Amino acid sequence: MHIKELSKQYDGKTVVDNVTFEIPKGKVISLIGPNGAGKSTVMGMISRLIAHDSGIVDFEGKDIGKWKSKELSKWLAILTQTNNIQMKLTVRELVTFGHFPYSGNHITPKDKEIINRAIEYMELQEFQDRFIDELSGGQRQRALIAMVIAQDTDYVLLDEPTNNLDIYHATNMMKIVRRLCDELGKTVILVLHEINYAAFYSDYICAFKDGKIAKFGTVEEVMTKENLSHIYGVDFEILNIEGKPLSIYY
Amino acid sequence: MTNFLKGESYIKAHISTIILGVLLVVLSCCSLFVGVIDVTPGELFSGDIEALEIFIISRLPRLLAILCTGIGMSGAGLIMQQLCSNKFISPTTGATISSAQFGILLALLFIPGSTLWSRAIFAFITAVLGTWVFVWFIQRIKFKDVVMVPLVGIMFGNVIGGITNYLAYKYEMTQALSSWLVGHFSMVLKGRYEIVWITLPLVILAFIFANHFNIVGLGKDFSKNLGVPYNLVLFSGLTISAMITAGIVVVGSISYIGLIVPNIVAMYKGDKIRGTLVDTALLGAVFVLACDMIGRVAIFPYELPIELIVGILGSLIFIALLFYRLKHGRRAIRLGNGTGCNGAVSNIEGGVSK
Repeated sequence: MHIKELSKQYDGKTVVDNVTFEIPKGKVISLIGPNGAGKSTVMGMISRLIAHDSGIVDFEGKDIGKWKSKELSKWLAILTQTNNIQMKLTVRELVTFGHFPYSGNHITPKDKEIINRAIEYMELQEFQDRFIDELSGGQRQRALIAMVIAQDTDYVLLDEPTNNLDIYHATNMMKIVRRLCDELGKTVILVLHEINYAAFYSDYICAFKDGKIAKFGTVEEVMTKENLSHIYGVDFEILNIEGKPLSIYY
Repeated sequence: MTNFLKGESYIKAHISTIILGVLLVVLSCCSLFVGVIDVTPGELFSGDIEALEIFIISRLPRLLAILCTGIGMSGAGLIMQQLCSNKFISPTTGATISSAQFGILLALLFIPGSTLWSRAIFAFITAVLGTWVFVWFIQRIKFKDVVMVPLVGIMFGNVIGGITNYLAYKYEMTQALSSWLVGHFSMVLKGRYEIVWITLPLVILAFIFANHFNIVGLGKDFSKNLGVPYNLVLFSGLTISAMITAGIVVVGSISYIGLIVPNIVAMYKGDKIRGTLVDTALLGAVFVLACDMIGRVAIFPYELPIELIVGILGSLIFIALLFYRLKHGRRAIRLGNGTGCNGAVSNIEGGVSK
């Protein structure tokens, strides 16, 4: 996926300005940056939920806007913050909806197997017939990931997946993200607020500031004292824990 | 043994559907033999011509009209509630019924010798337009509380109803119109109700696209992600509901069913339309049939309009539902910034990067 000179304006105000970068396949890429830096808008545009004003989102050789929505849904899955589902669906029903681009209204035994595997992968067997509104926050998050797995896409986009989760569930979430990439070979793109999660669990970081890319590169390249201080405007120290650069800010 | 177990679990999973089905058959049979003129099954089978005539001209059409009304109104309500992900929306609270009535008045005004079909066409058009305008309106405006949406719908419906009444009064149509404003089945005779048949293919159509409706109900982002065209499915679904409603209103409108029946079924069966539509349709039919029989028996040999019975029972159940929904937390009720009609749109438009 190549992103070239991408821009977006709201009411004449530029929120994303001439953004160009390439998303390496089969890696975890985190988009970070302060509030209003444009990272969620970029995420929206590369997932086709938001139309881009100018520039190109080249996905598998074709601009994302030119893809048929149904075809694209077999390649790219996105989970947004607005997906706080309050409909009374069971876990299995939700995961089955994830496979909808393939199965449509008719579920074949093969579809069923894929759905079963997604449920098992997220260890949701014992909850599969429970309604999602009866589950805890962590379980619900897992059900949503199982839905994404059932969608069976090469690319998975997650908009602030750790939002509203406590440390335990947020860390588990990040471990799941890592597994999606390492075990299932998916390219995972995340919008994250916690820099250290980005540093510890991703391969590449793309840092935004004022609608522009401040720094894009491997974790080691981006996670420096100078870069982070420049992006966030506060003082940083970088520590090395388990071979990963983690930051302390004050 | 495994087959036996399979059969048992099948029955267990569909127990509510089976009970409702049996109940409906029993009530239907009873309904056929309740009326001012005594018709017994014995007479019918012995070939009594008079009994047979009453049966075919009055009793059977009445029963079929009731069944179609129950199935249609509850089905239409279910689709509207799911599409807008708001449990308080229905043909009554979404201005669909009053729009259809307005259409009938227009037909009476412009085509004095209008047939059932021409009235139905007018009702179809106005019901669809009215529902679209209402949903378009609630999409534009952000409501902080979900209860506001049906309140706006009721107000909108009353405005249309007011215009209808004014025009009817001005052109001395009030009497002609009253038979469509208060639903009752005593006027249902062979040749005067067949339009309600249209509800059945429409409900089947809704069943075929049930998963699409569910996905749209989960929000704009959600449906886009799964490659389902949000606006197309939303407005097609609303059109189906509006057409079902209009088809019924031409024969006689009944409120509340589209509101309460889907809510009752959702409480025990969840929100997946594929799983609940059959139960919803059956319960709707049972409910209307039961109310009709109460109306016929209460002051025998006279008859109370079914709208009255449904109104009394319906409003009581509705209040109970309201308390249930408020007591069982906000989970069951959508808040404005969730997904669905009002939430998803604003989330995209106002979603200028975090």
